[in-house]
Amino acid sequence: MREIAYEDIVKAVKNMVIHTATNLPEDALRKLKEAHEKEKSPVAKKVLEQLLENAEIARTEKRPLCQDTGLAVYFVKMGQDVHVTGGTLTDAINKGTEEGYVEGYLRASTCDCFTRANLKDVIGYNLPAVIHYDIVEGDKIEIEYAAKGGGSENVSRARVLAPAQGPQGVIDFVKEVISEAGPNPCPPIIVGVGIGGTFEKAAVSSKYALFREAGKPNPDPAVAEFEKELLFELNKLGIGAMGMGGTETVLAVHVEKNPCHIASLPVSVNVQCHSSRHNHITL
Amino acid sequence: MSQVHYLTTPLTDEDIMNLKAGDIVYLSGTIFTARDAAHKRLVDLIESKEELPFPLQGAVIYFVGPTPPKPGEPIGSAGPTTSYRMDSYSPTLIKYGLKGMIGKGKRNQAVKDACKEYKAVYFGATGGAGALLGKLIKEAKVIAYEELGPEAVRMLKVENFPVTVINDAYGNDLYEEGRRQYEVKD
Ligand code: SF4
Repeated sequence: MREIAYEDIVKAVKNMVIHTATNLPEDALRKLKEAHEKEKSPVAKKVLEQLLENAEIARTEKRPLCQDTGLAVYFVKMGQDVHVTGGTLTDAINKGTEEGYVEGYLRASTCDCFTRANLKDVIGYNLPAVIHYDIVEGDKIEIEYAAKGGGSENVSRARVLAPAQGPQGVIDFVKEVISEAGPNPCPPIIVGVGIGGTFEKAAVSSKYALFREAGKPNPDPAVAEFEKELLFELNKLGIGAMGMGGTETVLAVHVEKNPCHIASLPVSVNVQCHSSRHNHITL
Repeated sequence: MSQVHYLTTPLTDEDIMNLKAGDIVYLSGTIFTARDAAHKRLVDLIESKEELPFPLQGAVIYFVGPTPPKPGEPIGSAGPTTSYRMDSYSPTLIKYGLKGMIGKGKRNQAVKDACKEYKAVYFGATGGAGALLGKLIKEAKVIAYEELGPEAVRMLKVENFPVTVINDAYGNDLYEEGRRQYEVKD
């Protein structure tokens, strides 16, 4: 069985956290540039220009892209032939997260739900991270990461529809969520839609949909077609960059579809702002 | 058509009445930061008739919780936070002289009404442009509630800080008007 040291995981996670805060990934950057070219509203175009300039300043001067440096969210694929030595994988990811947020001069944004007291001196700086696991074949550990800001989480919604509502019901619900969100989640946005499974499976799927390369269609052609339809429908809303009105509201729609119970049709919509800070490492 | 203005704080009633939703404003001078917790304290002070940590007359408040500064820099990344969390406090501050608020996202009707009644505006700054906006802040000093961390009240010196008028003192709303202009109805 292959062995990976706790310390190596901590270091790799830390570096990824620091790098991601200041470097907008290639896919998000490309989508922003496309939106800037296509945008018809001069006001929104100006906003998109600022976002591109912001990405450039962040990268060259190593300043965080956004002051909301997010909660750290991970999807981990753990090969079943690998063993972590010197500590648990969960502890290593949390430790790497904390060190990255401290050394990168990032913001500590976790707090108690009710007292709202910051948890940096209680649990740790910007801890705990949110970690989803999957056990897979092989002897590698793949760690996908997103720094998820609050503005776009706040407008995300889940609902269990009646089966009879079908695809049109899903479209109507997603449209309702994005329309209601308006300027708040910092458009242009990427929309993750999780359909099917159980209530929580739909929610996790909608989050995982946001980890996909922006604009890459679902491998199932029927789902890919549905993504295109949703994108078209959502851009009719006219919300535009930062909600100031415009043609480019949604950069991409990613749908993850799961089998579900004969009695239900769960749908979850998770919104990602334009500051789509994602990354991954394989150890 | 949207106009461009260069304004220096504190803002006057005349400054405010010249602004229309959709106008671009480059702000210079001193502005103050405050988020929910600080807003609550400011309103409590007003209600108990105590002195505020900064003069409200003509002031501009920026809704922001910056990242920690790197050594030698006044502030880290500093873009706007979502404004609705301040909706229950803003009308009181406007009544007592606040002229401008900078944030992102929708405000409620009470805030829009207060802007109209007491001559104030709500500016939108570009959310997620924290690196760019942080660079335009030349000085930052915590002047109250240090224990609130990123939520403490800071005095900032800004130069040509770019904002857009969302809600003006005439009752116009750029979010509504801009969207109406580009919405495609079935
Ligand atoms: S929604 Fe995204 S871009 Fe906007 S403030 Fe939050 S993290 Fe930053």
